[in-house]
Amino acid sequence: MEFLKDFFGFLSERKKFWLLPLMTIFLLFGGLVVMTSGTAIAPFIYTLF
Amino acid sequence: MKSILGISAFYHDSAAAIIINGEVIAAAQEERFTRKKQDSSFPKNAIEYVLKETGYRIDDIDTIAFYEKPFLKFERLLETYHAFAPRGLNSFLSAIPIWIKEKLFMQKLLRDELKSLGAEKKVKILYLEHHMSHAASAFYPSPFKSAAILTIDGVGEWATTTIAYGQNNSISILREMSFPHSLGLLYSSFTYYCGFKVNSGEYKLMGLAPYGNVNADETKKWKKLILDELVDLREDGSMILNMDYFNFATGLTMCRNKKWESLFGIPKREKESELSQPYMNLAMAIQQVTEDIVIRLGATARQLTGSENLVMAGGVALNCVANGKLVKSGLFKNLWIQPSAGDAGGALGAGLAAWYNNKNLRVVKGGDFMKGGYLGPEFSSADILPVIRRHEAPHKHFDDFDDLSEKVGGILAKGDVVGWFQGRMEFGPRALGNRSILGDPRRPDMQKKLNLKIKYREGFRPFAPAVLEEDMKIFFDLDCPSPYMLLVAPVKEERRKPVPKGYEELEMYNRLYHLRSDIPSITHIDYSARIQSVSKKTNERFWKLINAFKQKSGIGVVVNTSFNVRGEPIVCSPSDAYRCFMNTEMDWLVMGDFLFEKRLQPPPSEGDYKSEYELD
Repeated sequence: MEFLKDFFGFLSERKKFWLLPLMTIFLLFGGLVVMTSGTAIAPFIYTLF
Repeated sequence: MKSILGISAFYHDSAAAIIINGEVIAAAQEERFTRKKQDSSFPKNAIEYVLKETGYRIDDIDTIAFYEKPFLKFERLLETYHAFAPRGLNSFLSAIPIWIKEKLFMQKLLRDELKSLGAEKKVKILYLEHHMSHAASAFYPSPFKSAAILTIDGVGEWATTTIAYGQNNSISILREMSFPHSLGLLYSSFTYYCGFKVNSGEYKLMGLAPYGNVNADETKKWKKLILDELVDLREDGSMILNMDYFNFATGLTMCRNKKWESLFGIPKREKESELSQPYMNLAMAIQQVTEDIVIRLGATARQLTGSENLVMAGGVALNCVANGKLVKSGLFKNLWIQPSAGDAGGALGAGLAAWYNNKNLRVVKGGDFMKGGYLGPEFSSADILPVIRRHEAPHKHFDDFDDLSEKVGGILAKGDVVGWFQGRMEFGPRALGNRSILGDPRRPDMQKKLNLKIKYREGFRPFAPAVLEEDMKIFFDLDCPSPYMLLVAPVKEERRKPVPKGYEELEMYNRLYHLRSDIPSITHIDYSARIQSVSKKTNERFWKLINAFKQKSGIGVVVNTSFNVRGEPIVCSPSDAYRCFMNTEMDWLVMGDFLFEKRLQPPPSEGDYKSEYELD
């Protein structure tokens, strides 16, 4: 719950509600990736983390 | 009493810093405790240390300040994928699990980690913008009431470069350059293309650049190509990268190798392969472009703020050659650079920003507030003695430090190499005389010996001098102190030795081993040196040692390099120091008031020490 509150607070602060559907799809897709992969260890990528 | 714990973590080089009533009490990088270079994990050990230094428990902390805003960073990731789609699928598949499993839930992640440190209450966690953390780390500990602030790095959330103005207890951001247009990432792309590791090899690229042939058509052509094809550089120092050539926004590499190969005509250099002249010329070309950009940004900062003081932080602020050029440009009367300019320093900056966000008074009284950068743990004789007992290490104890420094001054003058372990550990990437390996700069073979037999690193890499502050102008063309080894300046003309005709055409090592001055092992190929000026006020023991060396040798300069081997974090404890000493060809070790001679020590335990550390 704390996360959702913070997250909506962030979207309203940044006035980027258009990101919401994009983020939902990404999160669903990303969730699928997480569920189907065994580990969260990714290769080192400079700008991603 | 108000206590703030600053944390940087989960990217690279995690660190913790503690600020009590605005005073920086302690700060340390996690890598020093875990012995894993640039450790990015939650800085549990560093937090435990900074708490111990103050006598606080985790529940005594009033505010936790985290050095960046995770949601904002995630926004940048999503918008980048959106903008570049369908490119970047691989990168998305690699990055997103980490975000969804951990980073997006940073609040929970931090709370869980704090709980494991014994936290029972929910302390307030503040998230500062990455570049605000850098700006705060540059301005608040500086000796200035007001200053222009320049922060340049790879990328934080969106910002890659900011110009700000700091006045008393506030900072206002005036200009910002956003991802993917980044000087740090441009420099890292060349680091990558020249076969060095991104995020740690930038130093090597900077050290390699002077081997480039400044007069070669290739160097001039490549500099022009960088400016014509890769970077659209504007008068004010802002720039637009031509993303057709770069892959870092959505890919798993820094640049598009094939496009670079057709642009420059040389392939990406393989890691650890031999270095040939074209890569040196390429390093020189990008270094020149970088200096040009930094000077332009400096000029813009001066124009926007009107201040005659400049402070800097961010990874690019560790490019001490560019910093030296900035000093020489005369754009500012005073320059101060945060010694922990990289992301570790973000912990310190976040903590200070949180303190001054409450409009607390900031009083400037002369010097800076970094305590010489000596913010890490200190070990007493009682901590050293168990190490001596465990290894049954023959040693000599000195009751009077003056006797010890006189003895070691003589040892150095004889040409031996000494591991020097004293007082509080440095915060930041440079060893400033408390965790250092020292040598005689007059010896022509010292650079080779240190690189190949002690540090086990590439032979081309230069070493820095630590010079008595009052003697600095005898040796170097630099008008301001450089206490944190962050300025490069030329060795005085009168100390130089001429080079033979056709010198620039010689093979790299023939040029390197040519005697260029009367302090050859710290004189780089272009007669420059990365200077640390040592003040008696800041580090009396180190000053006394250099002074003792001066009595024996006539010069108040020693070679100062960090106490570690390639890929190893700088030593933290007496145990780390003794182990490193015994597994390299160092001749002597000094820990506190104890002196150890290598030839008297029992043989080290089996195992290949240097292979324990991944090459950087």
